Amino acid sequence: MPLSNLASASSFFSMQLQGTGRRLFWLSIAFIVSALVCLPFADLQLHAVDPWLELSHIAWGMITPSFAHLTINELLQALGHTVAFALLAVVISVPLGVMFAMLFRFRVVRWAMASIRAVHEIFWGLLFMQIFGLSATTGLLAILIPYTGVFAKVFAEIFEQQSQLPTQSMSPKAGALSRYVYGLIPQSYGAMAGYVRYRFECALRSSAILGFIGLPTLGFFLESSFKQGDYSEAAGVFWLFLLLIATVRYWLKPRFWWLYALAAIGLLPESPTVYGSTVWQFFSQDIWPSSFVRGDLTASLSWLDKQFWQVAWPAIGTTLVITQLALVLTGILTVLMYPLATKVIVLNSVRLPSRFVLLFLRSMPELMLAFIFLLLFGPSAIPAILALAFHNAGLIAFLLSNASEADAKEHVTQAFAKRPLDRYVYQELPRRYTAFLAFLFYRWEVILRESAIMGILGIATLGFYVDSAFEDIRFDRAFFLIIITALLNIFVDGVSRSVRQRAGLTTANLAVR
Amino acid sequence: MIFHLDQQTFSYGKSSAHSAGPAALSDISLSIKAGEKVALIGPSGAGKSSLLNLLYHNSPLQSAWCPQDGGLVDSLSVYNNIFSGGLERRSTLYNLVNLLRPFAAPKQEIEALARQLGLRDKLFTSVDQLSGGQRQRVALGRAMYRQQPVFLGDEPVSSLDPLQADELLALVLKQHETAVVSLHNRRLALNHFDRIITLRAGRFVFDGPSAGLTMVHLDAMYEVDASAAE
Repeated sequence: MPLSNLASASSFFSMQLQGTGRRLFWLSIAFIVSALVCLPFADLQLHAVDPWLELSHIAWGMITPSFAHLTINELLQALGHTVAFALLAVVISVPLGVMFAMLFRFRVVRWAMASIRAVHEIFWGLLFMQIFGLSATTGLLAILIPYTGVFAKVFAEIFEQQSQLPTQSMSPKAGALSRYVYGLIPQSYGAMAGYVRYRFECALRSSAILGFIGLPTLGFFLESSFKQGDYSEAAGVFWLFLLLIATVRYWLKPRFWWLYALAAIGLLPESPTVYGSTVWQFFSQDIWPSSFVRGDLTASLSWLDKQFWQVAWPAIGTTLVITQLALVLTGILTVLMYPLATKVIVLNSVRLPSRFVLLFLRSMPELMLAFIFLLLFGPSAIPAILALAFHNAGLIAFLLSNASEADAKEHVTQAFAKRPLDRYVYQELPRRYTAFLAFLFYRWEVILRESAIMGILGIATLGFYVDSAFEDIRFDRAFFLIIITALLNIFVDGVSRSVRQRAGLTTANLAVR
Repeated sequence: MIFHLDQQTFSYGKSSAHSAGPAALSDISLSIKAGEKVALIGPSGAGKSSLLNLLYHNSPLQSAWCPQDGGLVDSLSVYNNIFSGGLERRSTLYNLVNLLRPFAAPKQEIEALARQLGLRDKLFTSVDQLSGGQRQRVALGRAMYRQQPVFLGDEPVSSLDPLQADELLALVLKQHETAVVSLHNRRLALNHFDRIITLRAGRFVFDGPSAGLTMVHLDAMYEVDASAAE
């Protein structure tokens, strides 16, 4: 019977297994243990009085979307801003990314790119908002700066994967730019274009999310209608956003990107004139502790000491606890969800709805999901963990089910044909396990970035303290906490890379980065 | 003296992603004078590619390099692939603009070259649309467009028909003062080169003038190699 088979199937991981199986087994155990250790430190209290009542209201809203309180003009404008920010940010950050990717052999460039991509779009948004207000400049910079860092890194990786022969065949005396333009760049073109397309979708999400801090994108209306309890209107905006993402390939023709870019410039909201002196004052004085600007080093150090131990340290703890729990829950949900979306295991009657759910979860920004869970469960770690886990599990499970179907023809053995559970534990999961762990570890750093940002919803991660420091006009503290968050991110990225290398987990799939 | 290797021992620390683990060379001593035309023969895995790589890295500035599988850029046209052999002769700006819209001068030069290679009507086709033989001719064209005194070719005519192979090999050898070329076809080696080096398992088996050698000699060397390799 399947059940007894299930028990012996654990032999796939069993301790007698040498090599890869054993290594991956212990790696998985180590991460589950890390989550268990985090569990007692997490704030997992339910604050909401009646989550089911709230849930039924939201569910009712979802099936009765309306735009009753919004004019069509407002809505179209928000839609236009969302697309314009995303598009222009990508159009600007791609060439910058290519440029820095060509300079990636310099350590200073690698460091600069690592630090700008370690800071979340929302943090960049909060920072630039202090200077440029709720303007196009803020929205654009907030997306294009971290995206430049991401593009530079991924493009450099793509360059590395290409054959060196074309460049070798050119004269070493030819300029570096010429050699890139006739060699590695056209060689990488396909992979780069695919990645840019994927990233454009991410940029749409980032752009919408910037509405949560007040920029005039879809997220703004989503948040305000949710806050007013107008779930039908929130649902209307939400479905509109989902439709926008789901139909990208129909309304965006990459060939005419320059036409779109020109149109997007016209759609941008106004930017007030900002004087260079204001910018200079902000970056040279406002974001540094006043004692440091005065040159009082002792006072600066005691300021640093106080900020770190009293504010940053507990927030780092909360952020890491949420990250670990979300990571492991992502893994569990993935393993449960992906078999339901591959025809190797289930029939189309199950597969198609499952794939729809996965696409839905994948398209939903974590922050939006968290916002909904927050209404249900109140302000604890629960909404953050659930949102991160569901979004990332949706993304990974979708990729895994695709991989499983791509490889299906050769591998379905007759013996298992009618026993889906057997097939899953004996064939599917073992085959997919390396890719699964690789994807999961690539998402580790992303999950950390996002769990820090969950703070702007009132969950006590680093983002909460950054947000409140900005509200209190304590720019020095906000900036210090952003740097701490970035360092934490770079640290986790490093740990993840070394775990992946030691465990031999690699993937050519760029859609997880 | 163009190349001089003295008891070189050479091995790759790790095989890179795109070469199928080139063979190591052991204890190789070699001098090649300007004007010599040298053919390298031997079974695959004997170290011919490694030797050519080593020679190329010794003097990349004066050598035109034609690597084994061509090393073309698939998404670029025949024209731009050949043009990339001469990037150093023009400014970066010129090269960038040329990528978008070919300039008249290089276009004329490359058209003439393409005519000799039988690629005249494919000039603005991207190379991923071409057959193996056509791709090989593009790689030869790019090497010739380097306009260097030395030609280093790794099986540069292996996918051409015998007549074309003869013709293009003669063309390449005429345009370069010195050449070191690895070949599978021993007849081509005898007909076109004045010095022949036979390699086996990273060592020289024979190194001498081709005058006086016949196919029988070379076949014999090959058979010795083949049985020794097993």
